[in-house]
Amino acid sequence: MSEENIKNLEEIFEARIARDEKIEPKDWMPEKYRKTHIRQMSQHAHSEIIGMLPEGNWITRAPSLRRKVALLAKVQDEAGHGLYLYSACETLGISRDELYDQLHSGKAKYSSIFNYPTVSWADMGAVGWLVDGAAIINQVPLCNTSFGPYARAMVRVCKEESFHQRQGFEIMLSLCRGSKEQKAMAQDALNRWWWPSLMMLGPVDAESVHTEQSMKWKLKRKTNDELRQQFIDQTVPQADLLGITVPDPDLKWNEETGHYDFGEIDWDEFWQVVKGHGPCNKERLSARVNAWDEGKWVRDAAMAHAEKKELNKLKEVV
Amino acid sequence: MKKNVYQYILSIADNSLILGQRLGELCGHGPNLETDIALTNISLDLLGQTRSYFQYAALLAGDDKTEDDIAFIRIEREYRSILLVEQPNTHFGYVIARQFLFDVYHLLFMEKLQFSKDETLSAIAKKGIKEVSYHERFSSDWVKRLGDGTEVSKLKMQEAINDLWRYTDEMFHVSASDKAMISEGIGVDVVALKERYYAKVTEVLSDAMLEVPEGKYFQKGGKEGIHTEHMGYILSDLQYMQRSYPNMKW
Ligand SMILES: [Fe+2]
Ligand SMILES: [Fe+2]
Ligand SMILES: [Fe+2]
Repeated sequence: MSEENIKNLEEIFEARIARDEKIEPKDWMPEKYRKTHIRQMSQHAHSEIIGMLPEGNWITRAPSLRRKVALLAKVQDEAGHGLYLYSACETLGISRDELYDQLHSGKAKYSSIFNYPTVSWADMGAVGWLVDGAAIINQVPLCNTSFGPYARAMVRVCKEESFHQRQGFEIMLSLCRGSKEQKAMAQDALNRWWWPSLMMLGPVDAESVHTEQSMKWKLKRKTNDELRQQFIDQTVPQADLLGITVPDPDLKWNEETGHYDFGEIDWDEFWQVVKGHGPCNKERLSARVNAWDEGKWVRDAAMAHAEKKELNKLKEVV
Repeated sequence: MKKNVYQYILSIADNSLILGQRLGELCGHGPNLETDIALTNISLDLLGQTRSYFQYAALLAGDDKTEDDIAFIRIEREYRSILLVEQPNTHFGYVIARQFLFDVYHLLFMEKLQFSKDETLSAIAKKGIKEVSYHERFSSDWVKRLGDGTEVSKLKMQEAINDLWRYTDEMFHVSASDKAMISEGIGVDVVALKERYYAKVTEVLSDAMLEVPEGKYFQKGGKEGIHTEHMGYILSDLQYMQRSYPNMKW
């Protein structure tokens, strides 16, 4: 294809997006669009399955049968999210195995929040309330993103994430209405998860590399800072309702802006975790690598069995 | 009478509770996402059944007892699950073998329990049969897949079946309190299930090109509350919150 042709195609392509048309896997797309989508969707998929680990940590120790069942179902939902996102990603011509390789080798990133430890039952409340809460803020705009399979996956995922968020809040509510120890447990969880949750919405706009292009492709509709403000404005009243304190002495309602002002985020901590040196980066990645390596003989067997069955069917036909 | 029914419920429900708990350990660590999701489903079904049984048991016990009191606040000797279900997730072959050896029994058991004279138990069984027949299909399919997969998987599957075989006979033991329940038409006469059980297990194992173990020495004790060394660790996790923070609502 001549350069001019490509330029034409790109113009048509961008115009389609501007008209809010969905791009489907079989449509022509610029290489950069394909690559950016593989990167973002696979990061998202990896976050879902790495995200199973910190909450999976409390399944065997959940304090009641009702909570145990709800937590199991929640973690299972995250596996489902991983599954649709990997499938959506595969429509762009990359296999799930390749995507796993990128995760296991450390080449692909996943959401840094999952590199923090879950050390008490209240963390199941805080993670649902804050982490799923921040995820929703990130993801609701993606229900209208330009790439069809991603947009459709997000519609399904967001419905379940808001259920998770309510479930997490409800765990916090039970703790805050409970004994002194339970309320202290809830406060401690908020103290530990608040700042990492703010970081989850991404670096400040000045340092965010992908924003402009992503806006055009509707991979992003608001900047990181706008999303963060939205999260804070939405979450602080919920903390008030719970009767626990957001661990930020600078947090204050600003009548003029109609938003909360908040304190400085420790971006050094953020970059440390992103670069692989958070409290649980090693544990999270090695748990995934182990599961994958130890599962190899099982996957091989399933494949070999399926091939034998196929062969037998062919023989019967002949 | 009520007390006998209560004890009888525990002997059924504890199997579901302990196996559900064991499967819960695996969530997020399966060999692939599809299998992870399927095993979690089984765990969810078993824990759902556990809740129905214990809610009923709590009702019978009175004194404001709750399903959670029964699930979490007992000493090891009071858990009446069979030894098979507490065996560890040594590798995926063990997970499947444990599931398969239990599911075949569980389905036969539920098919009889639905005719129990106790209406609640009968209702729980009727609802559970669909779930348990799915479990049995899932685990039998995996036994076949692994038995007839690769050299490695065949060895591992056979190893797990051989190792867990010694826990199968206990399913067909009848305790004194079970006897009373059977004669009242409430409980299931498990002795009568034994022949069909081994026939079904043999059929699947031969389809899987695996050998039926010849072991003639069996282990027992779970039904009387005498467990293997694994049980204490399962309970430490299971009971951790309830023991550390007693008498609270979650
Ligand atoms: Fe999710
Ligand atoms: Fe998500
Ligand atoms: Fe979620």
